[in-house]
Amino acid sequence: MADEIITTAQESAPEYVIDVDNITIRFNKATEKINDLKEYFVKLVKRQLMFQEFLALQDVSLKIKKGEAWAIIGTNGSGKSTLLKAISKILKPYKGTVKVNGSVASLIELGAGIDPRLTARENIYLNGCLLGYSKKFIEERFDEIVEFAELEDFLDSPVKNFSSGMKSRLGFAVATMVEPDILIVDEVLAVGDVLFRKKCMAKMRQMLNNGTTLIIVSHNMSQIREMCNKAIWLNKGKVVMQGDMTKVCDEYLATIEEKKASEKNNKK
Amino acid sequence: MSQNKNNKIKEGSFLEAFKFKDLLYQLVTRDIKLKYRRSFLGYVWSILNPLLIMVIMSIVFSFLFQRNLTYFSIYLLAGRTVFECVNTSGQRALSSITDNASLLKKTYVSKFMFPMSKITAALIDFVFSLGALIIVMLFYSLVDGKCLFSPWNLGLIVVVIQTYVFSLGFGFFLAQLHVFFRDIRYIYNAFITMLTYCSAIFYDIGMFYDKAQQQTAAGGEPYAKYLAWIIEYLNPIYIYIKQFRYFIWVPTLEGTVPEWAMISGMDFVLGFGYAFLMLIIGVFTFKRSQDKFILYI
Repeated sequence: MADEIITTAQESAPEYVIDVDNITIRFNKATEKINDLKEYFVKLVKRQLMFQEFLALQDVSLKIKKGEAWAIIGTNGSGKSTLLKAISKILKPYKGTVKVNGSVASLIELGAGIDPRLTARENIYLNGCLLGYSKKFIEERFDEIVEFAELEDFLDSPVKNFSSGMKSRLGFAVATMVEPDILIVDEVLAVGDVLFRKKCMAKMRQMLNNGTTLIIVSHNMSQIREMCNKAIWLNKGKVVMQGDMTKVCDEYLATIEEKKASEKNNKK
Repeated sequence: MSQNKNNKIKEGSFLEAFKFKDLLYQLVTRDIKLKYRRSFLGYVWSILNPLLIMVIMSIVFSFLFQRNLTYFSIYLLAGRTVFECVNTSGQRALSSITDNASLLKKTYVSKFMFPMSKITAALIDFVFSLGALIIVMLFYSLVDGKCLFSPWNLGLIVVVIQTYVFSLGFGFFLAQLHVFFRDIRYIYNAFITMLTYCSAIFYDIGMFYDKAQQQTAAGGEPYAKYLAWIIEYLNPIYIYIKQFRYFIWVPTLEGTVPEWAMISGMDFVLGFGYAFLMLIIGVFTFKRSQDKFILYI
């Protein structure tokens, strides 16, 4: 008991679990991608090796405390997924720093690591290991995962024969097998039937109650209103507004309505 | 989760790969399983393939060169087994990052993992293909009525270690290059063909020394000797082949062992030296460019 208290005290010592400090992410928006040597030399000789800068995120800061549920909103191409990728260490920022305290499970795409040639059983192990769990740990939770994914009857058939819903069930079950300190979800729940989606929502809520920090990207406003208490609104790589979920969402919806209205007027 | 332990290990460093050792195991078994699953001949092929090639090459080259090496088949197979190990490692490591593009875009894993798993799987294939060598040696043991196996054979473990370390470095180097330049594959193929001819797989270095003697006798400069020197000292793959043959082929010889087949401490120093040099080059280049992978895959 005493030990537990000490460890939690140590863990909660840093003020923020996620501290994104003024990051800028830069891509090369060249007309064509150069990825072979021949092209490289041809372009070099023709002096067409240019670097067209494209800033997917500009000076974005985001500080998240333990146990908060954040939504990232914005129109397509506003940099939402880029921000998630920066938090989950997939993308390195060009400027600024990202600090993360705690374990991260990122569901940027369900079943990213699923190999269609392997069976469900083998995939559970492979995916679990990809997410950083040990083999022993997965063994202990194996039944639980299978039960959650509702795949008891298909354990030993290759995943290439699975439907996309079955695949995403498998992906979600593996990713949430343990309660990570931080769960990152990117529009992954668009697939799957209503029942499974509800199950996933329930699982996410349960994790929230147990102190997991949640970050989701979604276009589904009702889902956001249900799950989150904070929101950040991005537009063209810049932060428009962040803070309390209801305020940001209302403002965001109002702007969208305005845009729609003005577009209609323009057409007329 | 293992991510918050071992904070001492820096993110993106080579050592970080060892935190994912369970993943390495999973990736390697995946490759092995997929290769041998549902094909009954899977394992048989990895023995049959070198055997068939050996038979063809033995016939062709014993006519072509007319140098009577004792147990030429064993000589040939020993050289080819080592060479193929490095070649398949390189071949598979080459596309290991680009093949796993979808994964790298969606989760954070130590990127060293992918070439490493491919090379480890290639090493296991190499161990399987030793079966072919055993079959040939067993065959000649029966034909000639004497045992061709010897305790010296165990020395090949040292060769395997060097080859593995070398292949790792080689694989890391190739994998990162392939991300930026996809046509490196064609260059690699040409390079490997050149190496095949420079590694004394189907001929022997002794030929160069004989030629050099003729050249000196004719009063000229012994150029052949310089060529032999280049292969013996600058081609790490030949160094490993030479060691491998010393442990497998040389013990089968009776009487005098040709001078060029003998190894000295120098060969091990060079062998390990090249292996670790390659590993350092591979790790360094891979580490430097790994953050840019995501932009090119």
